[in-house]
Amino acid sequence: MTTSRRGGEDHSEPLLDTDEVWPEDTGRQPAVHPAVIEVRDVTKTYATGTLEVEALRGVSFDIDAGEYVAVMGPSGSGKSTLMHILGCLDVPTAGRFSLAGEDVSAMSEEELAHVRNRRIGFVFQQFNLLASLSAWRNVELPLIYAGLDRRDRRIRALAALDRVGLADRVEHRPGELSGGQQQRVAVARALVTDPALILADEPTGNLDSVSAREVLDLLDRLHRSGRTIVLITHDADVARSAQRIMRIKDGQVFDPVPTRTSTGPR
Amino acid sequence: MNVLETFRTAAEAVVTRRLRSGLTVLGIMIGIAAVVLTVGLGEGAQQQVSSEITALGSNLLTVSPGSTTSSSGIRGGFGSASTLTRGDATALSSKVVAPDVAEVAATTSSSETLVAGRSNWTTTVVGTDPSWLTVRGRSMTEGRFIAGHDESTRADVVVLGSTTAQELFGLRDAVGQSVGVNGVPMTVIGVLNTVGSSGSSTTADQDDQAIVPITTASTQLFGGTNRNSVGEILVQATSSTTLSAAYQETDAELLSLHSVTTTANADFTIIPETSLVSTATSVDRTLTVLLGGIAGISLLVGGIGVMNIMLVSVTERIREIGLRKALGATPRVIRRQFLVEASVLGLAGGVLGAGLGLLVAWILPHFISDPITISPVAMAGAIVVAVGIGVAFGVYPAGRAAKLPPIDALRSE
Repeated sequence: MTTSRRGGEDHSEPLLDTDEVWPEDTGRQPAVHPAVIEVRDVTKTYATGTLEVEALRGVSFDIDAGEYVAVMGPSGSGKSTLMHILGCLDVPTAGRFSLAGEDVSAMSEEELAHVRNRRIGFVFQQFNLLASLSAWRNVELPLIYAGLDRRDRRIRALAALDRVGLADRVEHRPGELSGGQQQRVAVARALVTDPALILADEPTGNLDSVSAREVLDLLDRLHRSGRTIVLITHDADVARSAQRIMRIKDGQVFDPVPTRTSTGPR
Repeated sequence: MNVLETFRTAAEAVVTRRLRSGLTVLGIMIGIAAVVLTVGLGEGAQQQVSSEITALGSNLLTVSPGSTTSSSGIRGGFGSASTLTRGDATALSSKVVAPDVAEVAATTSSSETLVAGRSNWTTTVVGTDPSWLTVRGRSMTEGRFIAGHDESTRADVVVLGSTTAQELFGLRDAVGQSVGVNGVPMTVIGVLNTVGSSGSSTTADQDDQAIVPITTASTQLFGGTNRNSVGEILVQATSSTTLSAAYQETDAELLSLHSVTTTANADFTIIPETSLVSTATSVDRTLTVLLGGIAGISLLVGGIGVMNIMLVSVTERIREIGLRKALGATPRVIRRQFLVEASVLGLAGGVLGAGLGLLVAWILPHFISDPITISPVAMAGAIVVAVGIGVAFGVYPAGRAAKLPPIDALRSE
């Protein structure tokens, strides 16, 4: 994991809900901060019957290693579609998307599965824990698909649970944990493979404000320790905990920061 | 994801849904138990029939009296005539007339009540020649068989089957005791060996009979108008290869003795032992195939149960599948997981079904007379079939699970 030079800087300063340029985003040096995410002219079209819906209309942006970015937009804005593409759960209709230097836009389903396993840690709104498995068995799931043996899996799963402050809950099943604790288990699962990107899709959507704060603080800590985090939300308060906010509307991204390599208005 | 891991995940999924998995396994289990039992019954019956027929003696031809046609043109039933005589038997035992015939025994039988002291027992009393013992392939456990002089003197002697002896005398020694047959007191001179075939629709119980000299039987016990007529003539060929030659010699000699010119008008019937075997076994085989077919259908129903439960499982676990895919499970891994899960159900059903089959095969013979033979090969085969059914009916659901796009799967509520 690349350590972020900007870790811990300025994120506590309240962000404004404006298209203001984030001052820290200029003057970065690509050699030190290789882009984790490079999105170029990505479009996604869904064909529902005879009707074609353009969910994304030529989106371009970069996210650098160690950045904490919130993607914000109302429902139907193309936010979910963007999350699916960033999460390698879907491929763009046109355009290019590179994750950690690897072009994933033309990969097969099998290859995408491997990329998801190695590069991405997901945190979902619904937690998506398997009810029949204990906390540490849920956390070890990605490592099973990575082909680690049981002993290593347990060591790493316990370490990840320790990081989210649940070292004393490893044998508890999701049903025996509070919503906030469940989401922390999910965060531990996202961390356990040491991914290039943590993708959190409305992680506080199903939580009360106290638990939501806990989870956001946790993401904050992870960011300070150098993780790259993309947070997808419709909630401006939640988005405020990120360093940078990208607004998405009608399938277009309004990034306050012009991307390093993009030319022209978009 | 290695094989052990896949198996563990599958087993956990099966155990988590205990009741439903249990019911599915029950379906397979009943099907497998039914197949194991049917095959066992079939094998048991075939073994029984062939051992019974072997117990009757080997290389045997049975000559029965044919039908008669009365003056009014009405034909009597098969065996209604008493056209066979002791003279026929004597003629057939001549080496000149029938060189391929080893032994001939004329028999005449009747169901009689035997009385010994206060016990009585109704059994088949067979009047026959001393050669009967060889022809039937029997031996003595006690005493001696009837001899030539018993026959010529019409001696009042009787040889008992082991069951008959036990029914009349219990554990006491039967030899030397007196038995009343049809009011005639007779001395027991021997007890036959036990063949152990309990008798069925095909053959009579070979351990429950009383043998007397044929002369004694026709003059003192059974009565009747023609004292020379006999019920059956048993003809033993010198070997299994000469059986058909012996058949032809017997046929030709009896035709000429009875002055019948064409085979169609013959007043007797010759039945080779082999035809008895094949008829009996073919009847059993038909039954086995029929029962096996029904058992197979129940197994098919069990397989459809597996498919049903797996489809429900795929639909129900759509979120789990989506999550596993998001976490890095490839379609192949998902497919394998569901296939293994289906075959775990099949395996459990197969093992339990084979066990149930064994249990029933052990209990059932206490209530029915038919023996059940379950071979290890049949058991192993049944388990393999059960796993195969799990896999075969799991392919479609597993394919559906593998094809689910992760976003759709994650989105579903």
